[in-house]
Amino acid sequence: MGCGNTKPNQLQLKKSERGHLSVPAATAMRSALLIQRWYRQYVARLEMRRRCTWNIFQSIEYAGEQDQIKLYNFFAYLMDHFTPASSERNLISHIFRDNDLLRDIEWERYFNYKNIEIPDDYCGPHLTFPLTTCIVTELVEAFRNKQQLHSRYVLQLLGETWKLLRLLPNINHVSTCHSKEITICGDLHGHLEDLLLIFYKNGLPSMETSYVFNGDYVDRGKNSIEILLILFAFLLLYPNDVYLNRGNHEDHMVNLRYGFTKEVLGKYRLHGKKILKLLQKIFSWLPLATVIDQKVLIVHGGISDTTDLSIIAKMDRHRYVSSLKPPKHRRFLAKSKVCDDDSDVEDAGAVGSVERRRVFSLTHSSPSASLHRSMQQRRSLQSSSGVEEELQEQRRQAGLSVEHQSVCSETELTQAVEADAEEWKQLVDLLWSDPMTLDGCVPNEVRGGGCYWGPDVTEDVLNRHHLHLLIRSHECKQEGYEFCHSRRVLTIFSASNYYEEGSNRGAYIRLGPDLIPHVIQYQATRTTRDLTLRQSVGRTERSALRALREQFFAHKSDLMSVFQQYDPDNTGLISLKDWAVAMETVLHLALPWRVLRSQLVNSTQDGMLDYHSWFRELDITEPNKELAHTNVLETLYKHHSNLETIFRIIDTDNSGLISFEEFRQTWKLLSSHLKMEISDEAIVDLAHSIDFNHDGSIDINEFMEAFRLVDSTHHDMGNSMIKAPS
Amino acid sequence: MADDKDNAEAILSEVHKKISDAFDLFDHEFNKTVDVREIGTIIRSLGCFPSEVELHDVITEAEDEEPMGYIRFERFLPVMTRVLMERKFRPITEDLLLQAFEVLDQQNKGYLEAEELTKYMTLEGEPFTQEEMEEMLSAALDPEKNVIAYKDFVSMMVIDDAQ
Repeated sequence: MGCGNTKPNQLQLKKSERGHLSVPAATAMRSALLIQRWYRQYVARLEMRRRCTWNIFQSIEYAGEQDQIKLYNFFAYLMDHFTPASSERNLISHIFRDNDLLRDIEWERYFNYKNIEIPDDYCGPHLTFPLTTCIVTELVEAFRNKQQLHSRYVLQLLGETWKLLRLLPNINHVSTCHSKEITICGDLHGHLEDLLLIFYKNGLPSMETSYVFNGDYVDRGKNSIEILLILFAFLLLYPNDVYLNRGNHEDHMVNLRYGFTKEVLGKYRLHGKKILKLLQKIFSWLPLATVIDQKVLIVHGGISDTTDLSIIAKMDRHRYVSSLKPPKHRRFLAKSKVCDDDSDVEDAGAVGSVERRRVFSLTHSSPSASLHRSMQQRRSLQSSSGVEEELQEQRRQAGLSVEHQSVCSETELTQAVEADAEEWKQLVDLLWSDPMTLDGCVPNEVRGGGCYWGPDVTEDVLNRHHLHLLIRSHECKQEGYEFCHSRRVLTIFSASNYYEEGSNRGAYIRLGPDLIPHVIQYQATRTTRDLTLRQSVGRTERSALRALREQFFAHKSDLMSVFQQYDPDNTGLISLKDWAVAMETVLHLALPWRVLRSQLVNSTQDGMLDYHSWFRELDITEPNKELAHTNVLETLYKHHSNLETIFRIIDTDNSGLISFEEFRQTWKLLSSHLKMEISDEAIVDLAHSIDFNHDGSIDINEFMEAFRLVDSTHHDMGNSMIKAPS
Repeated sequence: MADDKDNAEAILSEVHKKISDAFDLFDHEFNKTVDVREIGTIIRSLGCFPSEVELHDVITEAEDEEPMGYIRFERFLPVMTRVLMERKFRPITEDLLLQAFEVLDQQNKGYLEAEELTKYMTLEGEPFTQEEMEEMLSAALDPEKNVIAYKDFVSMMVIDDAQ
């Protein structure tokens, strides 16, 4: 490449054009080439790291969602197979308590706010009804200033919202007449700063500025309740200009796990429970979709090959309090016993191979388990009582086809039952589905609900309904938005920095009468905008790696035992290749372990890793060294999300306290779900050591704090658990 | 002899796994295909330093007869394996990189003016896009003096890489 006077081409300047560049042409070109080649490599490596980081967050997030569904399925199975006398049944029957028993007028009495007094020293925002622009603007300001709305006003506002929502149809119909532009926002997940940023950039909702909010207002972020209150206030103020869609997180079952329940109970100690109950009803009354100019469909999750807006328009949407649970059946329940087998079979096959989708989907069953499984609450036909026996039964039945013990002969009932199932599927598909690039429609096993739908399904569904565009949310996107399916599907996500500061931007859409979407992006914190690519990747990456290291800790014993299998001579060393295989088999996280290896393994000798010191280097301090039975500790940590979910369910008076007995029973329940053996003695010891008050009850929050792992730099936090509680 | 063969197979298998892991990271549909525009990132992340032209050649080799905009793993694997086994597109060492900068710094100032570097990077060799140039400047430029102290820049980048 070193010729002197070359003929001009794009890659090289003529000598005359090079002007003040004094280095000889050939040399300059060589050097430039080298620098460019090197730099592009560097950027590619950064991109790889960013991609890995994203993968880590997503895997852990989706694994959590799967976990939730698995736990839920387990409860459902137990409910069906316990005799009424069983004590465990009482525990989990709380989940299935029906809300519909009281009539509306009784609910209105229950949610009465009038006898809640506002103390004189309350300096938060005040509400009077009917709301005015001034009042609502002040409410927004108050939240911006980190004030809290008094529970009296909360209940009043929610009551008014409920009344309004009941009048709304399942599908909002909006038009862009009068050259109005409509703004569409995606997931907010409690990120108040993002909502405020949108209002700042785009204007508050008003008759000139219409908004559609596409679900997932709550969970994960710290200000879920404030976001709801603001959105509801604007809905009441401008009912013809503000439209709310339901998301999969507008669901108390999901909220138990992902933080909203905890937030409300923490902020509203006295009336939190009532507020949550009222919200359950409100969520069930949220519309399911919005259609603009009969051409643009907006739903939270997406569609499936069977999506039919006419069915959706006709259903009683409020019967679906949780999209995870089908509604209680209207008439007498048919007795049929089917097996909940596939998840077991898949688990058994999971060891030794990594597959990205493992969990059985709620509504999309394989041919062997029928729709009936997912539809009804069934009376038990079994007489055996122990949990272990139940599970053995379950395992024995794995792989068998449907057995109908006794079939209800009424055709009407069967039809009603099938219609219900159809409706439920329509709803779940709308709220949980994700697009894929391949044609077709397959169950969404990563999340456990809804489906993955392809471009052909988009074509079909949109054409069938004479629609042009589908706008949906549900998935976090690095740029805050993403087109797919030949730009007929647009994902919009409005919670910036969702995984971590700098992880992603948020975005919203403006749509005018031409129905061409214009996307506006933003990111909530000033500092992140000024970070270089390198710095923001680094920060997010550190956070992801921290999350991963917690997973390692949670699986330490399993990892150790696999490492030792690869090290039969007990040298303390394993090859990096074996390390990668061990990671895959134990963690069941579909991650590129070889790519991540350089981030996770600091020092090796000749390609061999000293695994004992690797664990030490992970820099994780076990939070409470005083607790005996540390393998129990590890197990508890691994499943702390499930544990917390169960605790909150059984803590019926929302006191934050559970009794010893409840703790013991919870643990027994969980250990049977996980098919583990934990001795009663270990549990009792653990419970005693956690009862810092020595009053026979366990504070849930304290208990969960005990399992928050800390970096060794902050180990004081762990030590503080040993001191006397306040 | 048997040992050597085992060894070679083990190495090969490890190479295949490495390629597979990197590929899977960009395989959004879990169907063993990636968008052709991401192949460059994949190849580079495996430790190779190809030029744009060299990259283009590899892509052509890995593409189907009728390029569809995506690359299939079964075609990519043998091509990439050969690249790795033959150690094509060797890394650029810190010394070499530094030399390249020094060559451009004819007056031996120890730094390059922003405008200078920009002209070289966007007009010579395989020119940067505007985006690439901006990104490099944001990392390399001393905003007060408007120069690139390339020695520091190179050291910093190399440390980053090693982390």
